[in-house]
Amino acid sequence: MTQTLEPRAMGQDLVRRDGPAKVHGTAIYADETPVENPLYCRVVQSTIARGRVRSVDTTEASALDGVITVLTPGTAERLASTDDAELAVLQSDDVGFRGQIVAAVVAETFEIAREAANLVRVEYDAVDHDTRLSADRHDLYAPEKVNAGYPTDTDVGNMEDAMALAPVTLEQTYTTPMQHNNPMEPHATTALWDPARGDGSGPGLILWDSTQGVHPMRATVRGVLGLEADQVRVVCPFVGGGFGSKGTPHANVVMAAMAARAVPGRPVRLVLTRQQMFSLAGYRTPTIQRMQLAAERDGTLRGIAIDVVEQTSRIKEFAEQTGVPTRKMYAAANRRSTHRLAALDVPVPSWMRAPGECPGMFGPEVAMDELAHELDLDPVELRIRNEPELDPETGKPFSSRNLVACLREGAERFGWAGRDLTPRARLEDGWWVGTGVAASVYPTMRQAQSTAAVRFDGGRYIARIGAADLGTGAWTVLPQIAADALGVPVEDVDVLIGDTDFPVASVAGGSSGTATWGSALVEAAREFRDKFGRGAQDGDEVEAGVRPNPDAGSYTMSAYGAQFAEVCVHAYTGEVRVPRLYGVFAAGRILNPRLARSQLLGGMTMGLGMALHEQSVLDPRFGHVVNHDLAEYHVPANADVADLQAHWIDEHDPHVNAMGSKGVGEIGIVGTAAAIVNAAWHATGVRVRDLPVTLDRFLT
Amino acid sequence: MDSELTLQVDGATHHLMIDTRTSLLDALRQRMGITSPKKGCDHGQCGACTVLVDGRRVLGCLALAVAYDGAEITTADGLAPGDAGGHPVHQAFLDNDAFQCGYCTPGQVCSAVGVLDEIGRGWPSAVTEDVAAGPRLDDAAAMDAEIAERMSGNLCRCGAYKGIRAAVSQAARAGGAVR
Repeated sequence: MTQTLEPRAMGQDLVRRDGPAKVHGTAIYADETPVENPLYCRVVQSTIARGRVRSVDTTEASALDGVITVLTPGTAERLASTDDAELAVLQSDDVGFRGQIVAAVVAETFEIAREAANLVRVEYDAVDHDTRLSADRHDLYAPEKVNAGYPTDTDVGNMEDAMALAPVTLEQTYTTPMQHNNPMEPHATTALWDPARGDGSGPGLILWDSTQGVHPMRATVRGVLGLEADQVRVVCPFVGGGFGSKGTPHANVVMAAMAARAVPGRPVRLVLTRQQMFSLAGYRTPTIQRMQLAAERDGTLRGIAIDVVEQTSRIKEFAEQTGVPTRKMYAAANRRSTHRLAALDVPVPSWMRAPGECPGMFGPEVAMDELAHELDLDPVELRIRNEPELDPETGKPFSSRNLVACLREGAERFGWAGRDLTPRARLEDGWWVGTGVAASVYPTMRQAQSTAAVRFDGGRYIARIGAADLGTGAWTVLPQIAADALGVPVEDVDVLIGDTDFPVASVAGGSSGTATWGSALVEAAREFRDKFGRGAQDGDEVEAGVRPNPDAGSYTMSAYGAQFAEVCVHAYTGEVRVPRLYGVFAAGRILNPRLARSQLLGGMTMGLGMALHEQSVLDPRFGHVVNHDLAEYHVPANADVADLQAHWIDEHDPHVNAMGSKGVGEIGIVGTAAAIVNAAWHATGVRVRDLPVTLDRFLT
Repeated sequence: MDSELTLQVDGATHHLMIDTRTSLLDALRQRMGITSPKKGCDHGQCGACTVLVDGRRVLGCLALAVAYDGAEITTADGLAPGDAGGHPVHQAFLDNDAFQCGYCTPGQVCSAVGVLDEIGRGWPSAVTEDVAAGPRLDDAAAMDAEIAERMSGNLCRCGAYKGIRAAVSQAARAGGAVR
């Protein structure tokens, strides 16, 4: 067990430290880095989905006044590593998906770069492409493992027998569509290849990049370019949202670095357009989830199974762990989960908020609702009856698991009691009204590597760590943790983040940022006190890293939640509204209520979008997303959100980390879509099993 | 083709020689180094570039800079100049944690200032029940709906809408738009 900190600053409802800069617009994002005389880079994308670039004619583009250079597969520098095909920009003539970078222009102004990019003539030898995902494909394959290192398949007991013998069974297929992260700040880099920089070690590359992790970004980029770590600096004080898409480096940052290296001494700005982001910045794979439930008449599950089919890109594998949450959510003696992939001529999928759990709690949580109806049982009660004592997958205890408490408190707050189980029973002012529930879960993680430095200077404590704040509140919450670890008022502590000149930090991903960086800060603070006691002098400094959690092997650690939705469906038009959406979560100690609430509400809002709006429509004839902008890829707007509430229960978990905290960045999106689908069914009697829930589903 | 242009931005005068294809947003960000307005989509779909032009909200990415010669432009950074505490809308956004990543925020702030002015002038919106009478300032629910409707051109992917509505509402009360 880790020694838990006494909370003084932790738990305080402090306003964001970066708030004033953000409301004025003076916080500096990657593309805004003040640099002298920048050039602008614009990428040219393939217009075929598979084949080869036969020729690139740059004559017209190069002739344009103000064009500095045009990079093509034939002229671009050779990269040191092309192992990651997504990052092997302009290294061969091969085209693996529509929208791949096939050339890039560097010019004196944004307008000239845009015009020149349109003048680059690319000819192709196209071959037949294939972008159709289906569970019937004959070439589906089992990846070696799925994202985050989980096993591809699990099989415990005998699910087939359970389905054959159980008095009540359910078998249904659910689908979620391709979805795009769409952070408001496009993927952006200001890059400078500075031949004068360095101490004899050679030229230096500086990337002011919008990234969820400056150190992971540097590690990848330097490998691709064949540079030493000290030859690359990545700086990112602010990230205009990422939701996973800025968690792993994509082709744009390599492109920016290559462009900068082509014009030594001149900074280059490369910002993907919103349209380009739909093929170059990652996305969530569509999923097909075949669910099986085998139950007793009282609702006790005998078996639960999920068989997932999803896509990856032919040039690079990403296997979303969609089946993973089913493995440990409910007690059932027989459990099966499988993942099968279709490798298609499509852009490379990647992380999007709660990969695995987000899509993977859609099918199961709608199936549970269907089963509850079958059994004439309250869906809250069905979940409570299947609450496991121990982790069904490992047999280990939970460090804390308060799903039932969340369900009960949510039911209380929502006014669930006395709910009529009958669907299509409430028609009010021309609207069918219904309510629904679903559970949320997200694992509590800590990354293996992160280091913090703590220094005493001018009466203040200044900590440094290369962490990232993508709106999560790291600028504010890390000082709260450091203050308690040092035993000083939070006003006396600064924590500087977002620069590889600071000690190494892990990616802001998997809701692990605060847990990991916070643990590093605690180690550094404790070492500082051990070394200098209370009598620190100016310049006293220590550096210490996160340690493995001694309890990691003994407990299953996750956050839980329950979401309750009220849905209205217009009787004539099918218009869907969500007048109420309440979430109650159990996520350990809440380190800053206002920041945590914003994270949870934000996750739920994105879940609302997943439920009602979000769908990237890939045209199989051409292999591109046709609705590739914010007018046609709909995300929730202000008026879509009505009575939205996030609450939490007090949870004391001494096993997770010194702060007692679990992550809150992702759990809010988990289960939201299922709660809304279940409420829409309760309102109308129409069961939607394929997201999103658009009005045409109700016009039967 | 280049063209001469004078813009008043946040109280300062800027003379520029500018490519006529340049948007007002790019003129501000790339030519003048005024990066308070953000580029989220460059197609008028997200609202991150919202600025006030002669007091009215305008999407900087859909405006050609040369069409605004002589105009007075206010960004979120230029509201309430000289007031250390900032504009009431700034404070309301801070009080209600009406943002996370901060990228859409300057646009939201400018939009909010524009919205409050539009409501104060009695201009109706799609949710105004009596278009002739204008928005009902005395009815909290009606005001909330007015704010939600009028702020819906400013997307926030972090999902801070609840806080944004509360913030605009607070600023409306502080500014006397709602009694």
